[in-house]
Amino acid sequence: MTLLLGGISAATLLDDTASQWHFAIKAAILIQRWYRCYMARLEMRRQYALSIFQSIEYAEEQAQLQVYFLHCLPPSFLDLISHFLNSPSDFNTAGSDVQLLEYERMIVVPDSYHGPRLSFPLTVADTNSLLHAFKDQQHLHARYVLQLLHETKKVLKQMPNIIHLSTSYSKEITICGKMTYIASPTWLFCFLLQNGLPSEENPYLFNGDFVDRGKNSIEILIILFAFLLVYPNHLHLNRGNHEDHIMNLRYGFTKEVMKKYRSHGKRILNLLQDVYSWLPLATVIDSKVLIVHGGISDTTDLDFLNLFKRNKVRDHASIVVDILWSDPKNQNGCTPNKLRGGGCYFGPDVTARLLKRYNLKMLIRSHECKQEGYEISHDGQVITIFSASNYYEDGSNRGAYLKLNPDLIPHFVQYQVSKCTRKQTLHQRVSVVEWSALKSLREKLYSQRSELIAAFRQYDPNYTGRISATEWASAVESVLHLDLPWRTLRSRLVQLAPDGSVEYLSCFNDLEIEPAIKEVQPALVETLYRYRTDLEIIFNIIDKDHSGLISIEEFRQTWKLFNSHLKIDIDDESIDNLAHSIDFNKDGSIDFNEFLEAFHVVNKFENKAGHCHISNLFDSSFCFFMAWPSGT
Amino acid sequence: GEEEKDGQQEEQLFSIIADIQKKITDAFEVFDHECNKTVDVREIGTIIRSLGCCPSEGDLHDMLAEVEEEEPTGYIRLEKFLPMMTKVLMERRYRPVPEDVLLRAFEVLDANKCGHLTKEELVKYMTEEGEPFTQEEMEEMLSAAVDPETNTVRYRDYITMMVVDES
Repeated sequence: MTLLLGGISAATLLDDTASQWHFAIKAAILIQRWYRCYMARLEMRRQYALSIFQSIEYAEEQAQLQVYFLHCLPPSFLDLISHFLNSPSDFNTAGSDVQLLEYERMIVVPDSYHGPRLSFPLTVADTNSLLHAFKDQQHLHARYVLQLLHETKKVLKQMPNIIHLSTSYSKEITICGKMTYIASPTWLFCFLLQNGLPSEENPYLFNGDFVDRGKNSIEILIILFAFLLVYPNHLHLNRGNHEDHIMNLRYGFTKEVMKKYRSHGKRILNLLQDVYSWLPLATVIDSKVLIVHGGISDTTDLDFLNLFKRNKVRDHASIVVDILWSDPKNQNGCTPNKLRGGGCYFGPDVTARLLKRYNLKMLIRSHECKQEGYEISHDGQVITIFSASNYYEDGSNRGAYLKLNPDLIPHFVQYQVSKCTRKQTLHQRVSVVEWSALKSLREKLYSQRSELIAAFRQYDPNYTGRISATEWASAVESVLHLDLPWRTLRSRLVQLAPDGSVEYLSCFNDLEIEPAIKEVQPALVETLYRYRTDLEIIFNIIDKDHSGLISIEEFRQTWKLFNSHLKIDIDDESIDNLAHSIDFNKDGSIDFNEFLEAFHVVNKFENKAGHCHISNLFDSSFCFFMAWPSGT
Repeated sequence: GEEEKDGQQEEQLFSIIADIQKKITDAFEVFDHECNKTVDVREIGTIIRSLGCCPSEGDLHDMLAEVEEEEPTGYIRLEKFLPMMTKVLMERRYRPVPEDVLLRAFEVLDANKCGHLTKEELVKYMTEEGEPFTQEEMEEMLSAAVDPETNTVRYRDYITMMVVDES
């Protein structure tokens, strides 16, 4: 009681009630003080978990953009890519009804197919049957997908680059940003149920990024396009940076389509590429609100944006990249977006100038994950709306959508999809996110192990195994190029000696890469692991008929290209040996998906349900402590 | 001899200060979203607390006054924050609340000495007295503190759990 009693005189002690009350207040303040400190430390952990996820995501996207800009690839590789990109379409561009019928003729839908059967022009009955079918995990048959895409392209072609909408007849317009990784078609179903189907009074705008990263991207896309066909005046779409075939190759959508549609997959993807190029780039509401997926730059010219042929431009002309990739920043100016590798950071002055020039009131965009699902910046002139809750991990962030009324005042609706029925404490939620972020980061460290060890050794010529915290942080930053608070993270990533120095080899202790083939040298294993995503993209390009198999010769070719592109030093003989050992049935072809999936990092001590294990741990410990009898 | 010792101590002191400053800068940078050595003033409390300090809201207010610009901009610059925070950490101000003191505080509120508080009692104290909680803060505390079986706050168990969580 000493601390609480300090400074109270004997006279005050006589007045029992007063002093009791006094102590109570002091006690309350103490508890509040303690609690706020605890919460702040949790908040800090959540913040850096998010910055880990974000850094890794943007670094990967940046690598992606670089491949696309074809900076460092040799001419033979360019040939390879352009062959893939410019495959001739299967039909000539005669009357479109002819083409619809062509699909009917070419692709037979068997009687055994119990999914939705669409008839064009689509009606509400079709969209209903699609919603219900997808809710029940069914797939739409390839023929209907092709017909749907075909009809969608027709509709999109009629639209200008910038759509103009008016709120004169509607109560509110609902704006969603980033549907990728939305839980499932079930979510979309519930959302539409709750918010209402598109109509004159209830229009929708989906601000890009409908695909990639989830398991049901194609179903989400089908629903959106189907609604577009049924309600062309009440459902609107803006193009996002993921509506791009290279992004799809990298982030899983291509794989999803190929897996679900096999032989028809390529045709679907080709047609989709066309459809993407016809998606509008921007929307303006009541001539006052501009909506784009990413942002703007100081060279954004809306007049020009409206005029050029959006389907003809090589996707990555800077005018389009700026719209799809830029992010707002809080300081004035316009600088290249180094984090993303494309587009720019635009400041409040850039926003103000553009809004003034075109007599606009505000800019609405998506593109960045925000903890609360939305964020207002640039003095209220820029709104970021992000609709995918739990984007990085269960509990990482809320999702939100925006409702804009005719007075153009935004109203936000937040939500979070949750697997748990019992409400988790903040501590439990943060721990899950943090654990997941640290896991990704550890894997990243592991994937560049050799380089990191070389960097560490520079500070440790005598091989003591220890370096200072500062040296460790510099070394890691120089190899990974991820702008993260390494000093703060250090205790979670690596073991510390009693004097505070870092035992730098310890961060590799718990992990190992599990190669499919035992004969492969460790150095090769690490390289294959690190570049597996790039390899996957290149394999997909080479595998022209999307069979999932490439010949040993093609594998060798790939590797040579890769070698020169990334300047890796692996000799031909090792590659040959590797190729032959992968060819399990010795028929001269390699199933590269199996091959790639086999090279993954595992935690030596993790059981299969590693993730669940951690959260169960918290649950059970919580109950355990609460079971203690009082007084102990 | 003496001078050498002084020299060594000085070196040690400098290295301690340098270490503290790096710690502060690291924490600051987590919230420096623009990478321009500024953070939103609303995040300062979180940064200070994450560095191991446990100030009250009143203490926080005083610290902010030291680092705010003359014309408040809504941002705090590292330039001003670093010296203030270094001094705070060197002087070991605003030390965290030890577990036993925290326990006594709960016991003071537990007028009947029954080993628990009712939900209503806790809410009343936390939201009406001292430096009152917001509704969000209160809800969050209740979600972890209330024992679902008895619907009371068994504060001993609560404290023990929170302490374990942190370590």
